[in-house]
This record gives sequence, C-alpha cells and structure tokens, in this order.
Amino acid sequence: MRPEEGVLTSRGRAIGAILNLLTDELLIVCNGFPSREAYTLRDRPENFYMIGSMGVAPSIALGVALARPDRTVVVFDGDGNVLMGMGTLATIGAFKPKNLVHIVFDNEVYGSTGNQPTLSRTVRLDQIAKAAGYRRVERVLELDDLVYEAQTMLTQEGPSFLLMKVSELTDDVGRVEIDPPAMTERFRRAAMRGVSS
Amino acid sequence: MAIPAKQFVDRLQEIGFDFFTGVPDSTLGGIIATLIERRAYVPAVREDEAVGMAAGAFMGGKVPVVLMQNSGLGTSLNALISLNLIYRQPCLLLISWRGHDGKDAPEHLVMGQVNRSLLDLVRIPHRTVGDKTFEGDLQWAGDAFMKQRIPVALLITKGVVV
Repeated sequence: MRPEEGVLTSRGRAIGAILNLLTDELLIVCNGFPSREAYTLRDRPENFYMIGSMGVAPSIALGVALARPDRTVVVFDGDGNVLMGMGTLATIGAFKPKNLVHIVFDNEVYGSTGNQPTLSRTVRLDQIAKAAGYRRVERVLELDDLVYEAQTMLTQEGPSFLLMKVSELTDDVGRVEIDPPAMTERFRRAAMRGVSS
Repeated sequence: MAIPAKQFVDRLQEIGFDFFTGVPDSTLGGIIATLIERRAYVPAVREDEAVGMAAGAFMGGKVPVVLMQNSGLGTSLNALISLNLIYRQPCLLLISWRGHDGKDAPEHLVMGQVNRSLLDLVRIPHRTVGDKTFEGDLQWAGDAFMKQRIPVALLITKGVVV
C-alpha cells in the first residue's frame, strides 16, 4: 500500500479529463498504454502517438515547442518514461519554453510490460522538475485538482510540470491504428497550420 | 586544405538547414562555436534527446541537423530506428569520426572501426566529408534528406573542418 493510497483515479480517466480541455494544442503522447488510451478516448490531428523510443516524448515536444513558439505544446508522459529520459527535464528547465506543458501520469509501474515497479514510489519526479527549473510544478491525487491545475497551466507561461498519481488499472484498448509515416504528416500539417509555405 | 567552419555552416544554412542541436565533440568544435555565435544551436544532454528534438522541430516545419561524436550513434540508435526510420522523420546527422585509422584514445577505437558498417546495417545513408568535395557532400545530404525522409549521415574526420 502506498502511504497516500485511497482510491486512485485510473490513468484512462485522467487522460480523458485532460483531452476534454484541449482545443488546438499540439500533443505528444509517450509510448505504451498512454498512447493507446489517448487514441481510443479522443483521437485528433494534433495528437502524435509514440510507439517506441521510450523516454524521448518530452524532447520531441521541446523540438515542436521551439519550432512553433506560437502554439501550446502538451506532452503526456509516464513515470518510467521520465526516469529513462530524465536529462530532458534539465534541458527543458534550462531553456524554459513558455509554451510547453509536461503532464506525467504516475502509476509507479512499467504498465506495458507487466507492472514491474519503477523508482517513482520513492523518487519525487515533481521535485526533480522543480529543481531543474520548470516555472510551475504541481503534484495532484484527485481528478478535480488535475483539471484545475491543467486549465491554469494551459493558459499561463510555462514550462509547466503536472504530475498525477494514478492507479495501475489499464483501460481495455487496442493499438494505435495509424501508420507511423501518415501520423508524422498528419501532425506536421496540424503543427504548420497558419504558416504560409 | 581544411574547410573553415564558417564556410561549412554558411553552406548548410544556404541549403536550408535551420535547426541545430547535438552534443559536442572536439572535432566539431569550430562548427558548434559558429552556430552558437549565430544563436542557432540548442544544446542537448544526450544524443537521443537531440534526435527527438530534431524530430519535433521537423514536424514544426524546421530542417534539422544533429551534431554528435560517433559514440553518440550508440546512444541514439534506438531513437533513430524506432522513431526516425519508422515515422519517416528526416534529419542530418553530422558525426565526428573518432578512432579513424585506429589512431585515437582507446574508447574510440571500436566505434571508429564499425561506425560506417553500423550506419549501413540500420540503412542510414552516409558519406564522409572530403575537403575538396564538401559542397557536393552537403548538397547530397540535403537532397537525400528531402527525397527519402529518413536520417542521413555525414562523417567528419579530424582536421577537415576547422
């Protein structure tokens, strides 16, 4: 049992709540179940789903954010992913892109490979993000708080880091059915909207 | 005759490359100094992070370059094959060829021997920059980048660009 454990929200519900807030924001989703859940819950052209390269989602988001400073870029990440690409917290914290919102669904396990524990049960990823230099950092346990903080972060200067503790429950979802090159083109068009070529 | 770094960067920018990230190496020192001077360089902490950033920048409309020592090819291999090659996200890899001709510190010798075979194995087209052929080499990289939409690599040996 976790010390704070009551009844934690599932990641699927948390992802659904954030997806409902989005309008034209560009979204990068890390590999594994988060991509599959986001694809099933609310697919949109502004969503880019990763199927591999674990740990790299925030660096892709940073690249998009630097290339399109006029657009808000959101990244859905997991605790295992953040731990694998932890150096990118430093790069984001140092560069401080105002238009980047990093949302971590922390279930404390590697959910796609059989729920082996990660280190996030004892290592405070939000405190690492704060020390790295993110402008806004929040850690939440309740869905209402997640929605409130996300609404704030989507409209105010970042970089922001929002960590929500979620349960290990995984929604019954299929794989992402979009061919990867087609996804690149779809996302690129969505990112380039409004730019004359 | 060595190629002055400023001339090398001029040519890259003329071709259209406009987003530069990477992890430094001494062989690439002149190029990186020029890019920093022009406020055109985003330093990364790891090569796979640089490859990810380049992929994002490409989708945001940029034409990206990733600079790295050949050891970084090992670090970024998974991102290159499970992101760039699968999603068709091009970038130019400017890779310093440490351990070329077996003359370098011990940690560079194995990668120096195998870096070209490794690129062949994962089907990343590559050339080695020559001091007399560099304009053509850069043009080749730009053309291959746009046509194939996958990473292409230029290997740079010590002393060729200063």
